[in-house]
Parts: sequence; structure tokens; C-alpha cells
Amino acid sequence: METVKITIDNKVIEVAKGTTILKAAKEAGIHIPTLCYLHLHDLNIENKPAGCRICVVEVEGRRNLAPACVTECLDGMVINTHNIRVLNSRKTVLELILSDHPTDCLICAKNGNCELQTMAQEFGVRKIHYEGEQSTYREDTSPAIIRDVDKCIMCRRCEMMCNEVQTVGVLSAVNRGFMSVVAPAFEMNLDHSECTYCGQCVAVCPTGALTEVDHTNQVIRALADPTKTVVVQTAPAVRAALGEEFGMEPGTLVTGKLAAALRRLGFNYVFDTDFAADLTIMEEGTELLDRLTRHLNGDKDVPLPILTSCCPGWVNFFEHQFPDMRDIPSTARSPQQMFGAIAKTYFAEKIGVKRDDLVVVSIMPCLAKKYECQREEFATDGNPDVDFSISTRELAHLIKQSNINFNDLADEDFDNPLGESTGAAVIFGTTGGVIEAAVRTAYEVHTGKKLEKVDFEELRGMDFIREATIDFNGLPIRIGIAHGLGNARKLLQDIKDGKSNFHAIEIMACPGGCIGGGGQPLHHGDSSIIKARQKAIYREDAGKAIRKSHENPYIIQLYEEFLGKPMSEKSHHLLHTHYFDKSKEIKVVE
Amino acid sequence: MAKYKMHVLVCGGTGCHASQSDLLLDNLKTIVADKGLDNEVQVIATGCFGFCEKGPIVKIMPDNTFYTQVTPEDAREIIEEHLIKGRKVNRLLYVDPENQEHIADSKHMGFYKKQLRIALRNCGFIDPENIDEYIARDGYEAMAKCLTEMTPQQVIDIMKKSGLRGRGGGGFPTGLKWEITNRSVSDIKYVVCNADEGDPGAFMDRSILEGDPHSVIEAMAICGYCIGGEHGLVYIRAEYPLAINRLKIAIEQAREYGLLGKNILGSDFSFDIELRYGAGAFVCGEETALIHSMEGLRGEPTVKPPFPSVSGYFEKPTNVNNVETFANVPVIINKGAEWFSSIGSEKSKGTKVFALAGKINNVGLIEVPMGTTLREVIYEIGGGIKDGKKFKAVQTGGPSGGCLTEKHLDVPIDYDNLIASGSMMGSGGMIVMDEDDCMVSVAKFYLDFTVEESCGKCSPCRIGNKRLYEILDKITQGKGTRDDIDRLRNLSTVIKDTALCGLGQTSPNPVLSTIDNFWDEYIEHVTDKKCRSGQCKALLQYFIDAENCVGCTACARNCPVNAIAGERKGIHVIDQTTCIKCGACMEKCKFNAVYIK
Amino acid sequence: MANIKLSAEKLDELKAICKSFKNDKGELINVLHKAQGLFGYLPAEVQEVIAKELNISVAHVYGVVSFYSFFTMLPKGEYPVSICLGTACYVRGAEKVIDEFKRILNINVGETSPDGKFSLACLRCVGACGLAPVVLVGEKVYGRVAPDGVKDIVAEYTK
Repeated sequence: METVKITIDNKVIEVAKGTTILKAAKEAGIHIPTLCYLHLHDLNIENKPAGCRICVVEVEGRRNLAPACVTECLDGMVINTHNIRVLNSRKTVLELILSDHPTDCLICAKNGNCELQTMAQEFGVRKIHYEGEQSTYREDTSPAIIRDVDKCIMCRRCEMMCNEVQTVGVLSAVNRGFMSVVAPAFEMNLDHSECTYCGQCVAVCPTGALTEVDHTNQVIRALADPTKTVVVQTAPAVRAALGEEFGMEPGTLVTGKLAAALRRLGFNYVFDTDFAADLTIMEEGTELLDRLTRHLNGDKDVPLPILTSCCPGWVNFFEHQFPDMRDIPSTARSPQQMFGAIAKTYFAEKIGVKRDDLVVVSIMPCLAKKYECQREEFATDGNPDVDFSISTRELAHLIKQSNINFNDLADEDFDNPLGESTGAAVIFGTTGGVIEAAVRTAYEVHTGKKLEKVDFEELRGMDFIREATIDFNGLPIRIGIAHGLGNARKLLQDIKDGKSNFHAIEIMACPGGCIGGGGQPLHHGDSSIIKARQKAIYREDAGKAIRKSHENPYIIQLYEEFLGKPMSEKSHHLLHTHYFDKSKEIKVVE
Repeated sequence: MAKYKMHVLVCGGTGCHASQSDLLLDNLKTIVADKGLDNEVQVIATGCFGFCEKGPIVKIMPDNTFYTQVTPEDAREIIEEHLIKGRKVNRLLYVDPENQEHIADSKHMGFYKKQLRIALRNCGFIDPENIDEYIARDGYEAMAKCLTEMTPQQVIDIMKKSGLRGRGGGGFPTGLKWEITNRSVSDIKYVVCNADEGDPGAFMDRSILEGDPHSVIEAMAICGYCIGGEHGLVYIRAEYPLAINRLKIAIEQAREYGLLGKNILGSDFSFDIELRYGAGAFVCGEETALIHSMEGLRGEPTVKPPFPSVSGYFEKPTNVNNVETFANVPVIINKGAEWFSSIGSEKSKGTKVFALAGKINNVGLIEVPMGTTLREVIYEIGGGIKDGKKFKAVQTGGPSGGCLTEKHLDVPIDYDNLIASGSMMGSGGMIVMDEDDCMVSVAKFYLDFTVEESCGKCSPCRIGNKRLYEILDKITQGKGTRDDIDRLRNLSTVIKDTALCGLGQTSPNPVLSTIDNFWDEYIEHVTDKKCRSGQCKALLQYFIDAENCVGCTACARNCPVNAIAGERKGIHVIDQTTCIKCGACMEKCKFNAVYIK
Repeated sequence: MANIKLSAEKLDELKAICKSFKNDKGELINVLHKAQGLFGYLPAEVQEVIAKELNISVAHVYGVVSFYSFFTMLPKGEYPVSICLGTACYVRGAEKVIDEFKRILNINVGETSPDGKFSLACLRCVGACGLAPVVLVGEKVYGRVAPDGVKDIVAEYTK
């Protein structure tokens, strides 16, 4: 490896050729503040427009200051990262950014979690010396995301996520100069666009420009209403991340504390979306085997591969971008919606509560879930199967507001019957998990043999597109996995072009799967956090007594008492769905 | 040009065109035909002669008579008197402002005496829409020489030796740029001509493309040969329809003659040129922004390195030079590096074209050897300040440059001297200002431009320039303080130090140079609340001169805020605290009694 | 599904423009120039069609349209008046000329008169500095325009 020698703050170090000053400084233990820069290296995502100019440093012999994030170290370079010229410039640039930013920090959704606010605090800004006109824009509220772009600092992270990572193409820098901002086409609202509500823009926004629609008040109101029975379900990825909001190490599992906290909040029944994940495997796995068998028997009308359908961002994506392929994904509803449908029928009946008096709340690592539960097809007579979906972050706020000392809570269990789950359900929270869970069940159902080893290492990892072949007793089943919608697009294009030979494909909209969801605690650019959450998910799976969905006793009971068998008529009615063509068709109007 | 006895050259540049030179051309052609002179006299439209102040210009060859401010109605007289009877039309000749003598030959006119036209060598001499005329003046000879007798490296060596530096503003050595692009390994390389002339007040590139498009085409092909690229692209402003049209015609003609296309002149070298249009963004003059714009993106610059020579248009090595730089190339090949480097100053070789404008008698396009002083340009070529007013400043380098004053008049103009004086060469705009110009307002004007043209990508330029503008505006409104001047200085320094591209890094120059050179004016604005030039309306005060006031009451009756008191036939007085400075009193006073101070 | 308010004929012309540039997204700016030439401006519908034809996002197209001052989403007047604000014109009093146009036409810069006849815009240096201040009406150039000459220019087009 070729190296170069540089002097940085009087320290001589040797770094690989091509290393940026920012990375070299990090190696030397020197912290250079950054704002627009974002590097999720485990996910191979990098944003470096060099636009904010906060990371500037002095390079001897150079006329102006150099942005550390993109300037490569050259042999013999002498760098000062914090002399008076650098500090004055940085502070002035920060003051300029603040001068075009609202100062309503106290009531901002990102208060305490804002990178700009933190920087202002670290820099000790007490006065903005360059006050002047501020750029103002219209606020935009969609079913899941709020855009308050007065707070946009043009870091372009959201634009990069939306275009390069997710290839959704909803956001772009628009206008020029002082009025430039990131917005959808024609500066229309998000709900007029092809937004999937994946929330990755929200996950990386350093300020309060992009936030989730807060539904905690509706939840509090429901909890306070004595006429309502309030049921809560919590998604697998939540337990692997919520602890971060309470100062715990990333990757700490808080399943027991989570159940306890939800009970303290006043939910009448504390259930688990994992139960519904097991149910999903029953339906989706059966559908897979059904399609597969028919296909192998020569029925050419059966489309393969089958694609998973539990990710609502992904569903939005193909409805907008690949509507002609909407017969390929599984018709199985997502676990959130399966839970809602079962809760408002089977469970409501069981406890003798009228549908209208039962409120289902979901805790999700996801913002697209907010939109999903508002879809018309998931309501009966206007009453939605899931009433409110709140994110992991919103739950943390709710717990803090309610004077619950989360860290000191003793572990508790979920309630039954909708709280029991298997290890297969837990791994829904990470990329590769849904398909691994499906394989565990499909293998046993198809071959009639007991699976000796339930861990499929070949399906795990963080690579954006993964492929594996699983031997179903002599029948090779080819499996594809993609996370991040840009990678999903690649797989879809291959299917469209007839280049794909997979039997089944799992797709998750967010990089990393639900553990990296748009509703999770903010990672602030540290991708090791997402990795730690993934490890926690697999740890939870390994610790479970039952690790295959079809062995969940309450699932077996549900089929016996209520549904009959997977893909039964009742299942179809309650647990399956159909998709819509939401593409923009150009139709001429005279 | 052999078969005609006489040639009538009519300037077809944008300036003269706007003064009906097209109608003049038609009239000349019709009358020549009526008189049956078609076989003896050729009437053609040429590119810009440069002397826009006196346009439309008509030149008669071979006797080299230079007619100024010719109207369409003058066509008949020129033909009947000059062409038929051989008598020059005296009233249309240029009058020397010194001695009121009529001068027939441009060589003896102050405007042209000190000029040396290399880049503009063909402008005004040939019909830009006729390739034969370019070829008759050694056109495409340099390209032929390169393709048949020289290796790319030999050509690059000549360019390096000539000392030619980029005329677009940066002044990067052209030969070196070509060499770097040559060394970059790639299957495809591009030659880009930057014709996105955006400096307000500079129009040399447009004039070259309108007057001599083939010189640019030839040079681009030579450059392609040197770097090993077959694709040429001209990025040109959509606001230049005439230049676009002439360039299109020229490219078509060059293709017809086999001077563009496959295997040019029987060699292995192939080269062709396409046009790409700008869409009104000054920042696209910056080469990385220009490249993004050509790729169909927002014209936002990116950090260099990588330089376009290594990774440019669609990430292929791309050599970007501006129009004027290219226009110099064929002559250098034809006449040699020594000839070129013998002209100019030590570190800046050759000539530079300047667009002389503002409060100067001879507005126009001039070309002088590097090292000519500002005094020579302003007083000898430019004919001094308009209306006998006092010279105050000259702004060079456009929005990126600075304002130079009296004390800089004897500085020889070249890249390095201008930077040392606090300004820069830029693309060659030169705006002269007189005592009526307020330097704070001038700085504000340029910042208004920068704010409008900032791409918005980096915070110092997007927000910082807006704040500079706001502070300047505050000062011109009479609300500024001493502290504001310090804030201007600090903010300017930070913007220069931290902005992403050349636009932002130079945008505070007009502020810093006016603060440095016109400190007193800034102080007057903030402490005395006075604008000596009278431009800052908010700082003016209206007074009534007791000597001239007859007490007609017209002013008082027309004052919208009743700020004027006085009896009929008595002297009137303006109450300064009520006055809104609308100027109605001054307009209505028939006795010149109202004045401003 | 979005309904595009274009006649079939215009839609075909627009698609033909895209096709003439091989539906290449790198040619977006050239396509937009031609499209603006066809429609006089670039309404949202036109941008939607271009995005689809060039296989790029509408947000991208709008990002480009809103970046360049040459492109407009508002129809211009029958006689677009543009006043040069280059430095030469500025120091020779272009601002007063603008004020006079604003006064006489009773519209601001960037606006179109209610009858659709005139629109007012500023532009940067047309390169006719010898004639400063310069005003363009359509493609016709007026040089050395003084504030009191404005009414004559307007009168030419209101007959």
C-alpha cells in the first residue's frame, strides 16, 4: 500500500495514499467538526458535497482553507486543524448558517437531537453577528413526514439518500442561491409525489427540517379514554434500538423493559408484532410453496420469484415505480396489518369488546408504517385495523414524558395470546431475516423433515445484494436479498429483463432492514450502531426457546380456533391484500 | 477577395446590429446592384470592429476609409460619392476630439493606435459566414501544419513556450493544461470551449465568435489533436443568438471542407464539434459547474481536484479553454512561440482583449499587449472620461474583480499586477467610473449580482454574500455604523477563505477593494451620513437656494408631505425632518432654486 | 394517475424533441431550450413529460429548470421587455429605466401585465455596452434608452 507522510497539528503521521484530511485526522485522534458530511461506511454510503464548509482546515502553502472531508492528503502536507484563522472561519460560517435558520430550538421536534444545535453549543455561539433576512418556505405535512424546510441547511444528505441510495427521486435541490432548498418537484407536497415514506431522509437530516408526523398525542388521548381498550404491538427492531434513547450501549436488548414500560403507559394489552410475524411466515411461506410447486409442475402462469411484502416502503416503491410487476410480490399483508386484522376480529371477539372500542397502536422502527395503517383497504367501515403507528423515537418521548424511569424497570413479559413469538419472528427486524424465517418453515413443510440447523449464515450480513442457494432436500432453492430501494430496483430490473433466476427474494426498503428504519433512534452517521442492532437481533433469536414460526403454539391455536389453515378463505380476507398502480400515466386532455 | 475592386465592410456585431446596421447593409447592397456595381464592389457584414461607441461602422477597402455612426440613409451618399466619384464622405469620418480634424484611416485614430489585434485579428476584416475568407487569411494553415508536420507533443511544446495563459480569468498556462490532459489515460477525451461569457460588461468572446468563428474551431481541433480527443463541445450562452448562428454556419462549412469530421486532411485524426447551450447561470463559467451543466445537471461546482483535465465531462479527461484563449492558438502555431512571447510582459505573454465600458468616451472592444498601463487604455485608447468629468475608478475582472483608482493608473496590466493591486484580470471587462459614481453602491451592485448568481451549494457564498449585500444596503440607506465596515471586512475574508468555487472565493473582492481604495467614502456614509456622488438617495438633502427662490410656491404646492414652508413671494425653506426626498420640488422649480447636497 | 393538460399534437411534438436528442438525459438542458421554444414556457406538465421520456425524476427536471434563469414556468407577455443590468448599463442609469417601465406598465420585474401584452425582466449583459443602457423588446434592441424614452418604446407596441 502506497502511503504519504503528513504533519497534522504538529503530529507526523503516515496514511494511505488517497486518504482525506478528515480521515487522517481521525486516525491521529484529532476531531474535526463536520455538518454536511455523512459516512455510513458499513453500508457504503457517503455524502460529501463539501457544501457546509464547517470542516475547513489550513493547509500550509494553500491560498484558501481546505475542506477536510474531500481534500486528499499529499505527501509533505502540513495541516493545522484549529488555529485562529480556522476557528474564526468555522465560527463565522456556523453563524451564517444560524443566521438563516429559525431559533425556535425550545419547541423544535429535534430539540436535543439536532446536529446544528449541538454544534452551536460546542462552538459556544452566543451572538449571531451576521443577522439578516431568512429564507422561508411553505411547510408540508404528509401522512408520515413533515418538511419544515426553513430549517434546511442544504447538507444534501436527504437528497443523496432519496436519489442515490433509494433511487426514489422525489427530492432534489431546487432554486438557486439564497432560495435554494431541497424539495419535491414544483415544491409540491410529498403526498403529491412518489415518496415511499421510507424515512431515510428523516433518518439523516441533521436538523429539524425533516421529521416524522408525531402521533403520540392521539395515543395519549386513546389511553386516557375509559371507553377504549387499547392494545399495543411492538415491532422486532424496536427492542434492539430503544435503549439508545436512554443512554444504553447500541445493541442492548430491552425487550423486557419495553413490555414493562408499555404496561406502565397504560396499554390494556401489551402484545408483540412478532406474533404477527410468525403468522406472516405461515401465510407467505405457504404462498411461496404453493407457487413453487405449481411452477415446478409446469404451470407457466405462476410468477416467480415471489417477493416479500412486509415492508411498506417497498410496497409503495413498486406501486409507483414498477406497477406492471405488482402481481409478483406475495399478497400477504405486513405483520403490522395482520396483527391489526386479528386483534380487531379474533381478539376483540375473545375479550368481548366491540371493534369500535378497540384501539390498536403499533410501535414501529418505520415511518412508512404510518402511511400503511392509513391505507383505505386496511379499514372496515372506516375503522382502521391499526389506529396509530408511532416510531421508536416517539415511544421514547412518550416514556420520558410519563415519568417512567426506563433504565430501572424490571423485565416483564408480553401478554397472551398475541404476545408469544419465535426466534424466526424476531429476525424480521434485520435484512435477510424474513427470508431466513420463511426458509425455516418452508423447508420443514416442504421436505417433511426436521431442520437440524436453523441458522442460515449464508443469508445474513450487510452486503446490499446477497444471493444464496438452499438445498430443500435435493431441490435447490435460489434466494435473493436486497436492502435499500436502489438495490431493490436492480433486482426488479433483472426480473423485468428476464435475467433473474431466483425463487424468492426478500426486500427491505431501509439500508440494514428495519433496524436501520426511518423511525429508529438517530444514528448521526455512525453505522456501527446499525451493525450492533443487527447482532442484538440475532442474539434474541438464538435465546428463544422456539425458533420456527410454525411451532408457535398460539399461532397453531389461532388457526385451529379461527382461521382454519393458511391461505384459507378467512386468511385471504383478513391477512392478504392487493396492490395498486400508482404510477404517473400521461393522459392527454384536450 | 481578388475579383472585386472594392469592398464595403459593414459591422454586423450585436452593438451595430442594434443600431440598424442590418438595414444599412441591405441599402448598400441594393444601391450597389442598382448602379450595376455588383461585379466590382462587394458588400459584406463582418464581425465587430470594436469601436462600438461610434457604431455602426463601415469600412471601405482597399483605401481603408473608416466611417462612423453611419445610418441606413447614408448608404446612397457613400456609394455615389466615395465608390463612384472617389470622394470621401467627410461628415461620416471620425473627428479627432483633440484637434477636430477628420481622420479617414483607423490606424491614425487614438482608439486604434495603441492596439495590437491578435485574437481579434480577423474581426471586422472577413465575412464570418464565409470560410473562404478565413482560409484566405491563413485560416486552417496552423491545423494543417500540426496534423501533417508535428507530433502532439511538439505542438504542446510550442504552446508552453509561447507563454499563453488562460484568458477566461484564471490565467492557467494553456500548454501545461493541454499536456496534463494529454497525459491522462482514457479512451475518450473532450475539448470544451467555454463560451459562457457571463461577466456583466464583457463581450469579447461573443465578438470573436461573431466575427471569427473559424479561429475557434481550428484551435479546438488543434487542441483535440494534442490531447488525443475527437469530441469538441462549445458551451455557449443562449443569450447570444447571433454568435450561435454564425458558429453553426462555420461548423457546417468546416465539415463540408473536410476540416472537421473523419480523417481530417487525410490524417488519422478525426474531430467534430457539438454545441451545448447555457441557460442563464453565471456560475457555469466555472469549469466544473460548466461540465455539470453540459451533463444536464444543475450548474453546481464540485471541489477540485480532480481537475477536469483528469476527470471532467462524464468523468472523462476534458480540456476546457475559453474562446479568447483558443482564438490565439492558430496565430501562435503560424508565427511561432518566440513571436508570441516577445509580446507582453515578463509573466504574461501576448495581448488581452478588454471590453471598455462605462463613463468613457470610446466604449468598445480593444486588444492591447500585456503590460500596457491603465492610463494608456483609459486616456489614449478610451479617449478619457465622458463629459469631461473626473476619473474615479476602473473596475476590472467583473464581479470577481476589484476597483482600481488613480494610484493604479500606471500599473502595467497583466495577471499578476492586477492581483497584486487587489483586483484581477477576469475575462477582461473594464468599467470606468467617474465622480458621479458612489463606490459603496458599486460594491452593492456587484454583490447583488453575486447573490443572484450564487448556486447555493456552499454556505459562505449562499448566506455570506447575502449578508454582505444587506450590510452594504444598510450603509447606502444611511443606517450603517463603523462596526458594519469591520463586519464587512471579516465576513469578506472568511468567504474568500471558505467558499467552494472561484465565484465565492472572489465575490468579496469588490467589497474589499472599495474599502481599501475608498475608505473615506465608506466613513462618510456611516459617520457623516453623506454620499459625495449623490447616488445614495437616502443620504441626500434637498435645499432651496435663497438667491434663486422667487416665492412662486410651486414647490410647496407639489410637496406630497408638506415639508416646504414659505409665503408667496417669500423665500421657501425645506423641513429636513419631514422631507421624504422624492424630488418633486426640484422637478417643479422653474428657477433652479432647489439643489441637493 | 396524473392527467397531462396538453393537446395530443403538442405532446407528440414534445416527444419528438426528446427523441431528437435520443432521449439522452445528458441533453436535458438542450431539450428544455427546445421545449421552451415550443411552448413559450415550461409548465409542470411539460416537465413531467420530459422526465418520463428521458427516464429521470421530475424533481431532477424541476431542480434544473429552477436553477437556470433562462427557464421560466410562467408564460411571458406578447412583448417581453428585458432591461440589461450589466455593469455598463448600470453605471449609465439602467435602474432608472427599469423604474420607468415599472411605472408605465404598472408591473414589477418578473411579472406580466394583466392583458398579457408585456412582461418585464432584467438580464445580464447582452454585450451591447456601447449602447448602454440597453433594452430589448423581444429580439429588438433599443440602445441609449433614457427614462423619458420609455413611453415611446411602450407606445410602439400599444398601437
